[in-house]
Amino acid sequence: MSDETPHPAAAPTFSSREAAALPRRSATISVLVENESGVLARVIGLFAGRGYNIDSLTVASVDAGGSRSRINIVTSGSDMVIEQIKAQLTRLVPVYRIAELSQEGPHLARELAMVKVISDGANRAEALRLAEAFRARVIDATVESFVFELTGGTQKLDSFIELLRPIGLAEVSRTGVAAIARGTRMLSSKH
Amino acid sequence: MTAIQQQSGAEILLRALRDQGVEVIFGYPGGAVLPIYDAIYQQNSIRHILVRHEQAAVHAAEGYARSTGKVGVVLVTSGPGATNAVTGLVDALMDSIPVVCLTGQVPTHLIGNDAFQEADTTGITRAATKQNYLVRQSEDLARTVHEAFHIARSGRPGPVLIDLPKDILIAPAPYQPASAEPHRSYRPVTEPDPSRIKEAVRLLKSAKRPIVYSGGGVINAGDAASAALVEFVRVTGMPCTSTLMGLGAYPSNDPQFLGMLGMHGTYEANNAMHGCDVMLNIGARFDDRVTGRLNAFSPDSRKIHADIDPSSINKNVVVDVPIIGDAGLVMQALLAAWHADDTRQDREGLASWWRQIDAWRAVDSLKFTQNPAPGSIIKPQHAIRRLYEITRETGRDTFISTEVGQHQMWAAQHFRFDKPNRWMTSGGLGTMGYGLPAAAGVQIAHPDALVIDVAGEASILMNIQEMATLAQYRLPVKVFILNNQYMGMVRQWQELLHGSRYSESYSEALPDFVKLADAFHGVGLRATSVDDLDRVIREMIAIDRPVIADICVDQKENCFPMIPSGAAHNEMILGPEHQDRAAAVTDEGLMLV
Repeated sequence: MSDETPHPAAAPTFSSREAAALPRRSATISVLVENESGVLARVIGLFAGRGYNIDSLTVASVDAGGSRSRINIVTSGSDMVIEQIKAQLTRLVPVYRIAELSQEGPHLARELAMVKVISDGANRAEALRLAEAFRARVIDATVESFVFELTGGTQKLDSFIELLRPIGLAEVSRTGVAAIARGTRMLSSKH
Repeated sequence: MTAIQQQSGAEILLRALRDQGVEVIFGYPGGAVLPIYDAIYQQNSIRHILVRHEQAAVHAAEGYARSTGKVGVVLVTSGPGATNAVTGLVDALMDSIPVVCLTGQVPTHLIGNDAFQEADTTGITRAATKQNYLVRQSEDLARTVHEAFHIARSGRPGPVLIDLPKDILIAPAPYQPASAEPHRSYRPVTEPDPSRIKEAVRLLKSAKRPIVYSGGGVINAGDAASAALVEFVRVTGMPCTSTLMGLGAYPSNDPQFLGMLGMHGTYEANNAMHGCDVMLNIGARFDDRVTGRLNAFSPDSRKIHADIDPSSINKNVVVDVPIIGDAGLVMQALLAAWHADDTRQDREGLASWWRQIDAWRAVDSLKFTQNPAPGSIIKPQHAIRRLYEITRETGRDTFISTEVGQHQMWAAQHFRFDKPNRWMTSGGLGTMGYGLPAAAGVQIAHPDALVIDVAGEASILMNIQEMATLAQYRLPVKVFILNNQYMGMVRQWQELLHGSRYSESYSEALPDFVKLADAFHGVGLRATSVDDLDRVIREMIAIDRPVIADICVDQKENCFPMIPSGAAHNEMILGPEHQDRAAAVTDEGLMLV
């Protein structure tokens, strides 16, 4: 077909079982759902019940009336498993649309961390220098502690936290990944 | 505007059910659903069938649904009523049976307080249903009921549950008719992709060794789907096999039918699946009972898989041509494309493939030997064969339900179905206790038909209380027990896989089924030797009341052929009639169920 829009009944094909089963990869999937009672439990239950991984999960309502929520899931598995995850999610009654952002084109993925450091002396100064290098903001300070706020990709947050570990890292709170496609592509209604 | 006459939630519920065409509800009352029972009492258009256990209510609704193509409706109370229904819901989910289950709930202000007979029903049944709802506002009640029926019957059918707090049932509620608007988010695809249909036809025309493998999806898609399947198989001249759930879609006595495939399928069906070069799977899901060892499953074939549920495709088996769509529409599209495509079919290849299949068929893998001498012990296969032949002689429309185990497999092998919707069995979940309530549901829907539950003496005890339901509604269901005093399939696996250590699989203290039938206002019959059998079957059929026929069969008989756990289709073991090969069960196979 010359038309780029796939037929609604199109299903993915694999060259072989071996190709489908290997290797494992990471996938960022966004799911637009009806904001009804139990919908998050339904999505999480699907992952738990079928033995899929959840590396990160975020959820919030995304329209003015609060009737639709967007769930962003970072998961991993073989191509075959990830296609299964997408098919199983699509099958849920309150799901409007899903998109695998990591496959369908360039996308942005960000998370936010709040990181508490308790230290003194040189370590305290070093923590501040690192925060500056990572463009983390100080959102709380006492004589013994800082709370930094840092936004960015998962790896950036991971490395910031690792660097703070020997100099007084005390506590971390992270949001998990929010993701969106670059350009004009949208996760709107599937119809 | 005139004032809208407000009815109670319970009355609105019944009105919505009527508008959905509901004629029968299978249920059991309790505190939380008393307002619904009060509304039922005051009307005559919907009939309520009182079962004796909530699990049976769901199975009865499944039998009703499977034998009519309509949605089965269940009504149970909160707490234990709902939890007892869970097994039935999962059964319907696994076998894609459309059921709407209404559960009572404590009043909204008590939810979460551990009130009497409170359970988190929507939480418990989330993975047991296709969709479930807790109605928190009267305004949502009618809409929710209409939506539940739409979801239960469309797409891949399944159970939908509506949890109804008691205050919602009592308070006035507005009525709304079913909306013509499509559902907000749920829109199953039914029309297949034409380009995939063309690709499938090209593949099938070039096939030298094709096979059609049909499943329960064809039955669910309605009579037109079965008719299209039959026409396609006849036009193309291909061999056709069926899953347990698909039996009846293609007539079993037709020479192009190879019998059931899978763990207890025929030698010809399984070898043809193993050796084919193009496979058309229509409405089946490559279940592990069917595929055997996955990495040895039909290794040299190109596979076409048509299913209404996208998640069934590429789940277990990687396929070459996936088609998402309704089984009937897919078969009709394939048939049209077959006629439109001017490529010549490889008829020579097909002819030599049939010669190979006939050689496999000549093995006669379902063969058994019944000693005809008076006083001889009855072989269970013989009992099913005679049941089939005698019911056929009567010319009556016959519906068979089963429990789970050896008797179920023997029924699937030896009872021959030539129409869809005549075979009710628990395939996916394998629920012992399914058959008797399912038969009750079938008999309610088809009062004049001959309805027989082929049972084992162990399974039947799991929902034996439903004999009382049969008596109350004068349902002349026949319970045909193949009594070997063992949980036969467990015993068979213990013999083959666990050194004949028959751990807990022997029933020491069985009831006297003849007296038991009598106690439940039915008629009990017994056959202990082969010369009793025909007489008992004929008598059972002739009696217009519930009957238990206790057929005492050979205790040690095993169900063959069999693909042992972890084996491939071409590694099946045949019965003692065939110079049995030793069971080649691997350590890996031992872990499988």
